[in-house]
Amino acid sequence: MSPVRAADSQPLGRRRARAAFRAGAGILPFGIYITVFLAVPAVAVMVGAFRSPSGHWTWQNISIATHGVYAHGFVMSIELSLLTSVVPGVLGVVVANAVLTSRGRVLRRIVSSASGVFAQFGGVPLAFLFIATLGTTGLVTDWMKALGFDPWNHGFDLYTFFGVALVYTYFQLPLMVLVITPALEGLRPAWREAASGLGARSWGYWRHVGGPVLFPSFLGGVLLLFATSLSAYATAEVLTSGSIPLTSIQIGSFLNGNVIAGQQNVGKALGLGLMVVIAVVMVLYGMVQRRASRWSR
Amino acid sequence: MKVRLRAALAGVVALAVGGALAVGGALTGFGPPSAGAAVNPSKATSAAAFGGMAGLVKAAKKEGTLNVIALPADWANYGTIINDFEKKYGITVNSENPDGTSAQEVTTVSAEKGQSRAPDVLDLSTSFAVAAAADGLLAPYKVASWNEIPTAAKNLNGDWYDDYGGFVSIGYNSNVVKGAPTSFKDLLKPIYKDQVALAGNPTLSGSAFAAVYAAALANGGSFGDIEPGITYFHKLAAEGNFVPVTGSESTVESGQTPIVIWWDYLEESQVAHQFPGWKVVIPSDGHYAAYYSQAISASAPHPAAARLWEEYLYSTTGQNLWLQGSARPIELASLVKDGTVDKKAYAALPAGPKGTITFPTVAQTTAAENLVAQGWASAIGG
Repeated sequence: MSPVRAADSQPLGRRRARAAFRAGAGILPFGIYITVFLAVPAVAVMVGAFRSPSGHWTWQNISIATHGVYAHGFVMSIELSLLTSVVPGVLGVVVANAVLTSRGRVLRRIVSSASGVFAQFGGVPLAFLFIATLGTTGLVTDWMKALGFDPWNHGFDLYTFFGVALVYTYFQLPLMVLVITPALEGLRPAWREAASGLGARSWGYWRHVGGPVLFPSFLGGVLLLFATSLSAYATAEVLTSGSIPLTSIQIGSFLNGNVIAGQQNVGKALGLGLMVVIAVVMVLYGMVQRRASRWSR
Repeated sequence: MKVRLRAALAGVVALAVGGALAVGGALTGFGPPSAGAAVNPSKATSAAAFGGMAGLVKAAKKEGTLNVIALPADWANYGTIINDFEKKYGITVNSENPDGTSAQEVTTVSAEKGQSRAPDVLDLSTSFAVAAAADGLLAPYKVASWNEIPTAAKNLNGDWYDDYGGFVSIGYNSNVVKGAPTSFKDLLKPIYKDQVALAGNPTLSGSAFAAVYAAALANGGSFGDIEPGITYFHKLAAEGNFVPVTGSESTVESGQTPIVIWWDYLEESQVAHQFPGWKVVIPSDGHYAAYYSQAISASAPHPAAARLWEEYLYSTTGQNLWLQGSARPIELASLVKDGTVDKKAYAALPAGPKGTITFPTVAQTTAAENLVAQGWASAIGG
């Protein structure tokens, strides 16, 4: 009997199980990774959020996390994340499209490499970069002053909500360019030609062809930006010293500080809050996504 | 007679030797861990358990390593202190996460428990030391100069003990800042527009929190009432003088924060070295001092080296090294009294208030922390 026939003679169920195992083995490393770095910490945060420092079950942490400055923190965090995901998201599509439709191959390469670098730039160095250029004594501010225009005397302030949003745009815009470029490349020139052959102008093409095709990818990109903003920490901390209540910074004050001792579980309750925010956004995203991509089925 | 005398002498000698042996035997009872005598260094609460300093040094050298955590080389004088300790005892110091916070130290002790790389010794904000002691994470130990540490500055069981500290101070770049500020009240003047920063967010940074406390004391508040401090910073922000950037050597360099309110010793060790024009004054209207606490981890993998480290920090040499880093050692008063103080370093300290230093209680601090956590953002935001 040849080995092939031996395999053939096995009962169907066992063969299926084997195939399933072989298919599963491929994603096993990923499964382990997700368990160790996502599931376990998430469960630890969820459990911790309902524990008192002495280890009893309690609602106290949730109560603190949903009142006063911490409730305000959630509102500010969501507002900041919305602003710094939608605006750089739209701008990112415009920039990526402009670069893609330009003839210069060198320009494309430069933009995609530069986006890769800038999208990863953040933390304390990024905050300092802005302080040194656009702070009250920054280099660019000094140049503008020399030209007779001091932006700080005309309503500009780097250390406010909008200042932080501006700084976030520095890494959010390139991030959007990176994630939306493949989708834009998927728009076939033939579609455009067909549309214009049928008499569509640029707006008509985007309204009826490009937009709907791109929309699901656009939403995915914006969701990624939203999550990035929601979890950003060090940049805002250095720029504002806590003058803008953001949940990520507040979590830091419980888990990572030199001042508030023994209340780590309130930090975990705030973390649970962020998980809920992301979950809600994901559900909304899923609903919109299903509607948006209905035509493609 | 001669013979008899000899016999008698022999007897006396025998007695003497026997007695000496007996005494010696009695000594070894609580003496150094010679073969068989079990001294558990993890349980030792003073050098006497090792039969004195020599025994402790021997046990520590045998371990050969000390794990420290969250000790930046440019913080107070830690760089020199660590090098000096390594050289003096031939013990390698492993420094983990030098820029870490007290919260991270405590987390690391729990997370690395049982591993050879776990931290042996901790340098904590006092509120974290209190919390860690309550959780049973610290091993009690009393250094030789235990009685020189003021009662208010130590856990009486020996779980933690304050070591070095300083005052909230105003540091400023005298090349840029017009008119030397000497008080919190001064900083409200319009000439300091866009110039005054804290070294962090008072809900995260110990020095920024202390600055709010000092401002409270300067404005009619007390250890039990930090509210006037929050109001003060609200006023400072409303005047446009407060820059909400985290002040550091680099923001001073860029010119964004020519005035930084910080611990006096950090102004010296982290800013003044790069900027010769940097001046440090303790505000005349608000005096707030705090000391960092030392402690030994209950699960220290090198328990003898950990204990030797504490003895070293609280020796005259160690205490004077703090002084050379512009920090105030906890035993400063007795160093001055004994005449063992490093006079040059002592004279270089910014002038502080006369009389004894007072501290808030743990309960007062906790209440103040919660008030600042709730009120800070709305006080200076917008």
